[in-house]
Amino acid sequence: MLRTSNLATSLLLVLFAAAPVRADEPKDLYFGEALYYAHQGQYFEALERLDTEVWQHDQIDEPELDSLYVHIDDAEFSLGDFELRYRMHHRAGRAIKAVLEGAVDEVIRNDAAYRLARIHFQKQQMEDALLALDRIDGEVPHGIRDDIEFLRANVYLAEGKQLESVEVLKRLQGSDEYGGFAAYNLGIAYLQNGQKTAAMQQLDRAGQIKTDDPGELAIRDKSNLVLGTILLEDGEFERSLPPLDRVRLDGPFSNQALLSAGWASMAAEDFERAVVPWSILADREVTDSATQEALLALPYAYGKLNIHGRAAIHYGRALDSFGAEINKLDTSIDSIREGNFLEALIREEIRQNKDWVIRLRNLPEAPETYYLMELLASHDFQTGLQNYLDLADLRRKLLTWNGGFDAFDEMVEIREGHYAPLLPDIDEKFRKLDSRMRLRAEQHKMLVKRRDDLLTTPRPEFLATPEEQAVLARIEVLEEQIATSGTTSSEPAQQRLQRLKGILAYTLYTEYHARLTEFDKNVRSLDQAMAMVQDEYDEYVRNRQAVTHSFVGYDKPMRRLRAEVLKSVEKIDQLMARQGHLLEALAIDELVARRDHLENYGDKARFALADSYDRATQAQARLGESP
Amino acid sequence: MMGAAQDLSGDNIRSLDGQVQEIKSDVLSIASELNTLEERLLYPSHTQVALFVSIAPHDEFRLDAVQLEINGELATHHIYSFKELDALQNGGVQKIYTGNLITGDHQLQVTMIGKLKSGKDFNESGSFVFTKGIEPKALGITLAGPGFGSDGIKIGDW
Repeated sequence: MLRTSNLATSLLLVLFAAAPVRADEPKDLYFGEALYYAHQGQYFEALERLDTEVWQHDQIDEPELDSLYVHIDDAEFSLGDFELRYRMHHRAGRAIKAVLEGAVDEVIRNDAAYRLARIHFQKQQMEDALLALDRIDGEVPHGIRDDIEFLRANVYLAEGKQLESVEVLKRLQGSDEYGGFAAYNLGIAYLQNGQKTAAMQQLDRAGQIKTDDPGELAIRDKSNLVLGTILLEDGEFERSLPPLDRVRLDGPFSNQALLSAGWASMAAEDFERAVVPWSILADREVTDSATQEALLALPYAYGKLNIHGRAAIHYGRALDSFGAEINKLDTSIDSIREGNFLEALIREEIRQNKDWVIRLRNLPEAPETYYLMELLASHDFQTGLQNYLDLADLRRKLLTWNGGFDAFDEMVEIREGHYAPLLPDIDEKFRKLDSRMRLRAEQHKMLVKRRDDLLTTPRPEFLATPEEQAVLARIEVLEEQIATSGTTSSEPAQQRLQRLKGILAYTLYTEYHARLTEFDKNVRSLDQAMAMVQDEYDEYVRNRQAVTHSFVGYDKPMRRLRAEVLKSVEKIDQLMARQGHLLEALAIDELVARRDHLENYGDKARFALADSYDRATQAQARLGESP
Repeated sequence: MMGAAQDLSGDNIRSLDGQVQEIKSDVLSIASELNTLEERLLYPSHTQVALFVSIAPHDEFRLDAVQLEINGELATHHIYSFKELDALQNGGVQKIYTGNLITGDHQLQVTMIGKLKSGKDFNESGSFVFTKGIEPKALGITLAGPGFGSDGIKIGDW
C-alpha cells in the first residue's frame, strides 16, 4: 500500500528531464554536438563526444584559449547528467562529486548536490542522500526548489524520520508541481508516524483536491483508495464507501476501489449494494487480479441473496474464465522459457512506441504481458530490463564496428600498396632537391646579410659589375708589374692606370645608391621566391607525412581494438544471458504465482458451484413441494 | 514465491547492474578511440573540414531541410525529424558534414527549407567563402528564420 519510494523514484525520473544548458547560451561546438544527441535521448553518443571533448580540454597547455574553457563547469556537470541518464550511476556520482568539490558557482554546486542526492536515493543509500542534501546551501536553482524539498521528504520517509518528513511535506502543500503528491505523502507520513486520525484527515483532503492533471488525478484516486481501505480494515464499512466512490471509474485504481466497495457493502450486510460494483468489475479485463476476485465474489453475493441459480451460473462463468486464463498463463510460461519474451523485448518497433509493454501482447508467441504489468513497473525489474536493452544496443554497436574493421584494413592495405612502391623514388628525388634547396637557402642568407651590412657600412666596390671587377683586377695586375719592373719610363703608364681607377671609383661612388637600391630590390624579390619555395617545401613535407600517416600506425591499434570489441561482445553475451535469465525467472515466478492463485480460485469456484447447484436444486424442490 | 523473486531481483540485478555499468564504460572508451582512429584515417587533420548547424536562439521557425554545396558540388542534404529539430531548438549543434578539402578558398552554398509559425513555407540560401588552412577547419552555420534579412544564415569559425 505504501509505495512511496517507488512513486517518488518514478516522479523524480520525470522531473529530472530539464536540460542543463539553455539554448541561448553560447557554447563550444563539440559540447553543442553532445547536447544535440542528449536532447534526442542518445546518451551513449552524447557521452562519447563530451567525454572526448573534456579529456582533450584537460590535455591542452593553455586551456583558457580553448572554446570549452568558459563552459567547462557546465560540460562536467552535463557529463554527470548524461551518465545518470545512461544509468551509469557509479561514474555519474564521481562526476557530480567532482563538480561539488570544484570551485564552481553556488547555483551549480547546489544543483549538483541535488543530483547526487537523487542518485543515492535511487540506489537506496538514504544516509548518503541526506548528506548530499545537507550540502545544499545558499542560492538554489529556481526550477528545482520543490524537487529538492520533495526528495528530502521522501528520504526522511524512507529513513523512518516521519516527523521531519511531515514538516517538509506541510511546506510543499501549495506547490504547483507537487501539491497532489505532497498531500498524499503527508497522509502516508502521518500514518507511518502512528497519527492515524491526522493521516485519515490528510488523505481525505488529498482525495478531494481540484485538479485536471492526469498525474494528480491518479494520486487523488490513490488517496481515496488508501483511505477507503484503512476504514474498511477498521470495520468502518459505511464510512469507507464515500472515499471509495470518489475513485474515478476510468482511473488506474478503479478496479481495486470497486472490489473494496463491494466488500464494504458485504461487510455491512448490504448484499444487493455489493452486487453493483462487482458486476461492473466482473466484466472488466479478466487478467486483472481484482477482476478475478470479483468473478468469485459476485456469485458469493448472489448466494447471500439466496439467488443460487444465478450464483451457480456466475461460478460456472468464473470457472471457465479461470481455466482459460490458466491455459493462457501456461502458454505464456512456455513462451518465456522458449526465449520469446526477451526476443520481443528487444524488437525495435516495439520500443519505439511508448505503450510498448502493452503492444508486446500483440506479437505472435509473446507472453501475456497484462499479467506482468506490476512486475514490469517495479524498480528492480525496470533496472534489469533497461540494462538488458542497453546491453542489446551495445552489442549491436560493437558488431557494426567489428564489421568495419575489415574495411579499414583493406583501405590501409590499398593505400600502402599504392604509396609504398612510389615512396623510395620520391624520397630520393626529394633528398636531391632538399640539398639544392639548402644550398640556395644559404646563398640567400648570405646575400641578405651583405645587403644588411651595406646598409650600415657602405662598400661601393661590393656593388661593382663583373666587367668593372675585371677591369679593377687588370689594373691591379698592371700596377704590380710596373712596381716590380722599377723603371722610371713607366710613369705615364702609372698615371693612366690612376686615371682609370679614378674613373671607376667615380662611377662606383656616384652610382652606389642606385646600385644598392637595385640590389635591395633584387634581394626582396628573391625573398618572395624563397618564401614560395619554402611554402611548397612545407606543403610537400606535410603531404609526405600525410601519406605515411594514411597507412602507417593503424595496424596495432586496430588489432587491439578488434580484440577489445570481440572481448566486449563476449562479455556482453554473458551478461545478457545472466540478465535475460533473471528477467525470465522473474516473469515466470510472477506468472506461476498468478496461476497458483487462479488454481486456488478455481478450487473455490468448483466447491461453490456444487454448493450453489445443491441449494438451487433444493430451492426448486421446495418450490415444487409447496402447494 | 514472490519473496524468492524479490531476492532474485534485489541482489542479483544490483550486482549485474554494476557489471553493466563497467561494460558501458569499456564500450565508451572503445567508441572514443575508434572514432579518433577513424577520423585520422578518413579525414587527416590538414585536409579536414567539418560543418556544424545550429539554430539561432529563440527562433521558432520549423526547419525542414538543409542542403550544403561546396564549390558547386552537393556536399550533403539533411531532412530533420521532429526529435532532431527539437534538439537543435534546445541548443544542440549538429555535425552535418565532415570531408576533405585542399588549403585555400572555397565556396559554400547553404540552402534551408522550412515553415514559419504561420504555416507559410520558406526557402532561403546564402553563399559564403571560407579559407581552409593547414589546420582542421570547423565551420558553424547558424540558421534563423526569415525576418533576419541577410543574417538568416550566418557562418563562423570555431
